[in-house]
Amino acid sequence: MRFLLQRMAFYLFTAWAAITLNFFIPRIVPGDPVQSLISRNQGRISADAIASLRVLFGLDSDRSLWEQYVAYWGQLLHGDLGLSFTFFPAPVSEVIGSSLPWTVGLVGVTTVVSFLLGTALGVGAGWRRGSWIDGLLPATTFLSSIPYFWLGLVAIALFAGPGSFFPSSGGYEPGLVPAFDAYFIPSALQHSILPAATILVSSMSGWILSMRNMMVTVASEDYITVAHAKGLSERRVALSYAARNALLPNVSGFALSLGFIVGGTLLVEIVFSYPGLGFQLFQAVGSKDYPLMQGIFLIITISVLVANLLADVAYLLLDPRTRKS
Amino acid sequence: MSDQVLEIRGLCVDYGVGADAVRAVRDVDLTLHRGEVLGLAGESGSGKSTLAYGLTRLLPPPGVVSGGQVIYHPTDGPPVDVLTLSPARLREFRWAETSIVFQGAMNSLNPVHRVSTQLLDVIKAHEPKSTAAGRRARAKDLLRLVGIAADRLDSYPHQLSGGMRQRVMIAMALALEPQLVIMDEPTTALDVVMQRQILGQLTELRERLGFAVLFITHDLSLLVEFSDRIAIMYGGRIVEEAPAARLYAEPLHPYTEGLLHSFPALHGPRRELTGIPGSPPDLRAMPAGCAFHPRCPKAFAPCDERLPVLGPPGVDDPTRAVACWLHPAVAPLPR
Amino acid sequence: MTISPSSIEQVIPGQGAMAQPSARARRRRFRFVANAKAATGLALLGVYVLLAVIGPWIAPYDPDARSADVLQAPSTRHWFGTTHLGQDIFSQILVGARSVMVVGLIAGVLATILSVLIGVTAGYLGGAADEGLSALSNVFLVIPALPLIIIVASLVDQAGDLLVALIIGLTSWAWGARVLRAQTLSLRRRDYVEAARANGERTWRIIGFEVLPNLTAIIASGFVGTVIFAVMSEITLAFIGISSVSSWNWGTILFWAQGQQALAQGAWWWFVPAGLAIALLGTALALINFGIDEFVSPRLRTGGRTRIRTADGRTVRMRVGFTPVLAPTAAPVEMQDTRKDQTR
Repeated sequence: MRFLLQRMAFYLFTAWAAITLNFFIPRIVPGDPVQSLISRNQGRISADAIASLRVLFGLDSDRSLWEQYVAYWGQLLHGDLGLSFTFFPAPVSEVIGSSLPWTVGLVGVTTVVSFLLGTALGVGAGWRRGSWIDGLLPATTFLSSIPYFWLGLVAIALFAGPGSFFPSSGGYEPGLVPAFDAYFIPSALQHSILPAATILVSSMSGWILSMRNMMVTVASEDYITVAHAKGLSERRVALSYAARNALLPNVSGFALSLGFIVGGTLLVEIVFSYPGLGFQLFQAVGSKDYPLMQGIFLIITISVLVANLLADVAYLLLDPRTRKS
Repeated sequence: MSDQVLEIRGLCVDYGVGADAVRAVRDVDLTLHRGEVLGLAGESGSGKSTLAYGLTRLLPPPGVVSGGQVIYHPTDGPPVDVLTLSPARLREFRWAETSIVFQGAMNSLNPVHRVSTQLLDVIKAHEPKSTAAGRRARAKDLLRLVGIAADRLDSYPHQLSGGMRQRVMIAMALALEPQLVIMDEPTTALDVVMQRQILGQLTELRERLGFAVLFITHDLSLLVEFSDRIAIMYGGRIVEEAPAARLYAEPLHPYTEGLLHSFPALHGPRRELTGIPGSPPDLRAMPAGCAFHPRCPKAFAPCDERLPVLGPPGVDDPTRAVACWLHPAVAPLPR
Repeated sequence: MTISPSSIEQVIPGQGAMAQPSARARRRRFRFVANAKAATGLALLGVYVLLAVIGPWIAPYDPDARSADVLQAPSTRHWFGTTHLGQDIFSQILVGARSVMVVGLIAGVLATILSVLIGVTAGYLGGAADEGLSALSNVFLVIPALPLIIIVASLVDQAGDLLVALIIGLTSWAWGARVLRAQTLSLRRRDYVEAARANGERTWRIIGFEVLPNLTAIIASGFVGTVIFAVMSEITLAFIGISSVSSWNWGTILFWAQGQQALAQGAWWWFVPAGLAIALLGTALALINFGIDEFVSPRLRTGGRTRIRTADGRTVRMRVGFTPVLAPTAAPVEMQDTRKDQTR
C-alpha cells in the first residue's frame, strides 16, 4: 500500500508541475498572441470569457505573479480552461470532452494491445533464440523507425481510397449521430481499423525487443536453472518462471514510456483526421488556438498520469516484493 | 540393485565448440555408491561445478558435453545413460532420481512465486495423478522435515531468511525422494552457525532417507568432516580420490596437501597454514604434463612432460587413487 | 516514434563488460565496430552525415525554384519527381538532410550533457540532491514530451532550426538521466571508487576518471536514442506546420505533400522518399544502439551459433536447461536396453 501511496504522491506532484509549466509557458514566451486574438475577436467575446483568458494567459500584468497563479488555479479547479477560438464560442473543456473518448478508444486500446502482443512475441523470441522471430527483428526495427504519421499516409495510399472497405478519414460515417446503436458502432469500428493497425505495426517492435532482451537476461537466473532441474515442462518454465519474471521490468518500462508513445500515436489521428485529441491539437496549432492547445496538453498529461498509475497497480499485483503491508 | 548409484566415465565438458572451445572438465571418471557422501573439492575454476552441471545437462550455453557417459542405476530397472536421454525422458529423470541444491540460496527460489507454488509444481509435474490436498500435505511434511513451521508454506521467498531459504531448497530437493542429491556449495552464502545447523540436519536426513550426496565445495575442511569419500579436482581433472579420513591423514597429491594447509584444522593438532602459491591454470592454455607442476613444490623430471594417470598408488590399496608421478598408479582405475 | 525503451534500459543491469571495466573493456572497444549491426548502422549514418555536409551543393536544382514540370512522376530529369509547384523533390531531400542532422546533433548533445550532469550528480551525491534531481527527471519523463514540445514551439512564430533543437534538447534528457543515475549509483559502491574516495581524491576527479569512463556505453546509447527522438520530433513539428515551413527538412516536404493532397492525387513520390529517408536514418541509429547493447551484454546477441552439427552428423541446439551432448561415447552401455527404457 505504501508503494501505491508514494506513487500517487509522485503523480500529484507531476500533475502540479505540468499545470505550473502550463501557467508559465505563455508568460515567458515573448509577444502575446492571445492578446491579438482577443482584439481580433473584439465584440464577439463576452467580458467573462475575456477575463478568463486573461487569467489563463497572464495578460493582467498589473497583478503580481503570485496573484495570477492563485487565480489560475481557482479557474482550473472550476474546470474553466477558457474558450476555444476554433470552435468559437465553445469552451475548451467541452471540445476536449467530445474528443477524449475517441482518443482513449483508439490510442488507449491500441497501446495496450500493442504492449500485450509485442510482449507475447518477445517471450517467444527470447525463449527460443534463433527462431523465426529473431529473423523478424531487423524488419521490426525498420518499422519502428518510421514516423507513425508517415506509416499512416502509406496505409491510406495503399489500402484506403474510393471503393475500398477502409475509409481514409474521420471517425465514423458522416451523417451518423454518435450513439451506441447498430449503425454507429460498426461504422466507428470500421474507421478505426486502419489507424489502429498503423499504431500497432510501428509501436509493437519496441515491446518485442525489450521483452526478448529481458527473457534472455532472465534465462540465466538461478531459479530458471532450478526450474529446469526440477524437470518441469518446457511450457511451465518458459511462462511461469521466465516470462513471469521478465514481465516485471517490461511493465515498469511500459509505464515510463507511455508519455513518449502517446505523444507519437496522437499524430496518427492527424493523418486519418480521426476526431480525437491529436487531431484537435493539430487543428488548434493550425489556427493558433492557444487555449485549446494548452487544455489538450493538460488533459493528455493527466491521462498519461492516470495510465501510469494503472500500470503501477498492475506492477503491484505482479511483484509480491512491493506488496509488503 | 547394484551398489553404485552413478558412474561417470570419461566425461568431457567444453565451453564453446570448434576452434574456440575451452575444455573445463577433462576425462573424469567418478563413481558414487548408494547412500554415501562424496565430497568434490578444488579451487574456483577447477571445474567442479562445471562437472556437476555437465552431468545433469544443466550447463547453460555455450557449455556442451563433448564426450563420456553418465550412467545412472535406478533402484529398479536397467541403468540409463543420462547423456543419451531425450528431453522428455530427461525431464522425467530430473528431480525424481537426481535433485540439486544450488549455490546461491537467494536466487534459487523464484521471487515472484510463493514457496508453496514452487514446492507443489515439482510434485505435480512428476506425479500428475496426485491430488492437490495430498500434495499440500506432503509439502508441509517436507518443510517440517527441514525444521520449518508448516505455516511458512505460503510465504514468499523474500519473507524468509537466507538459512530458511536454503532449507526450503533442501526440502524441495527431497520432495521426490531421489537416490542422489547434488549439492553445489550449499552453505557458502550462510554464516558459520547456520552452516553447521544445516549440515547436521542434512547428515541426519541422509541417515534416515538413505540418499547419496555429491557435495561440491572449495572448503575441504567441511568435507573432511561430513563426507565418506573425497575427490580433489584440479584443472578439470580428478587428481586424487580417497576415503575422507585417509585423505586428511595422509594426502598423496601435493595439491591435496596444499588445500589441506589452506584451512585451519577442525580437530586434532594444529597445522601450519601455508596455502598454495600461484593461481589456478588458464583453461585455454593448460601446462603440458601434470597441470599442477608449475605450482608444485615437489615437481620433478616427468611432471612437465607426461600426464600422470589416476589410479591406485599401490596394489594393496584399492580404496584410493591419485594422479601424481610421486605415486605412479600401479594400474589405471578400473572402468 | 518513441525512444525504444529497451535499447537503453537493457544497459542497466550492469553486467558483462560494464561490471569489469578497465583493460579488458578497452581492448574490446575496437571490436565494437566488428559487430555487424553497429557497422551497418555506422556506415548508413556516415552516408547521412556526408549528405548533410554536401547535400546543398550537389542538389541539382534550387529546392524552392518553381518550374513548369508540375506534379511529375520520377524521371531521369527529376529523380524523385516534382511538387505541385514544379519543385524538384530530390533537391529538397538533399537540402533538407542538413537541417535534420543539425537539429538531431544539437538536441542530442544538449540532452546528453544535461542527462550526464543531472544523472551522474544525482547518483553520485545521493541524499537530498538525489531525491530532488530524480523527482525532476521523473516528472520530465512522465509528462508527454511531444505535446509539450508542440505547445512551446507553437508559441514562437515560425521557429527556426536552432530554437527547435534547443526546445527538444531541453525536454528530452530525462530518460538518459534516469539510466545514468542508476548506473552511477552502482558504480559508486564499487571498490575502486570507494578506494579513491578513501584516498581523499577530489570529487570531480573521481567522477571524471573513475565513474565517467565506465558510463561511456550508456552515454553513447542515450545520445543515439535522443538523436532518434530529436529527428522524429523535428520532422513532426515541421509536418504539422509549427516550425518554419520556408526552410527545408523532410518534415516540411511531408507538410506540403499533406497540405496539397498528394495522397488524393496519387503523387506517392511526394511523400515516399522523405519517409524512407527518415526511416533509414532511424534504423541506422537503432542499429548502432543494438550494437552498443550487445557490446555491453553479449548475451543479447541474436542468431549466433544456436545449432551445432556434431561429428556424427546430427544437429543439436544450444539452449538453456538442456546442455547438448556432442559425442556420447560410441559404445552403448552394455546393460542398457533403450527400447525397454522408453516404455517404462
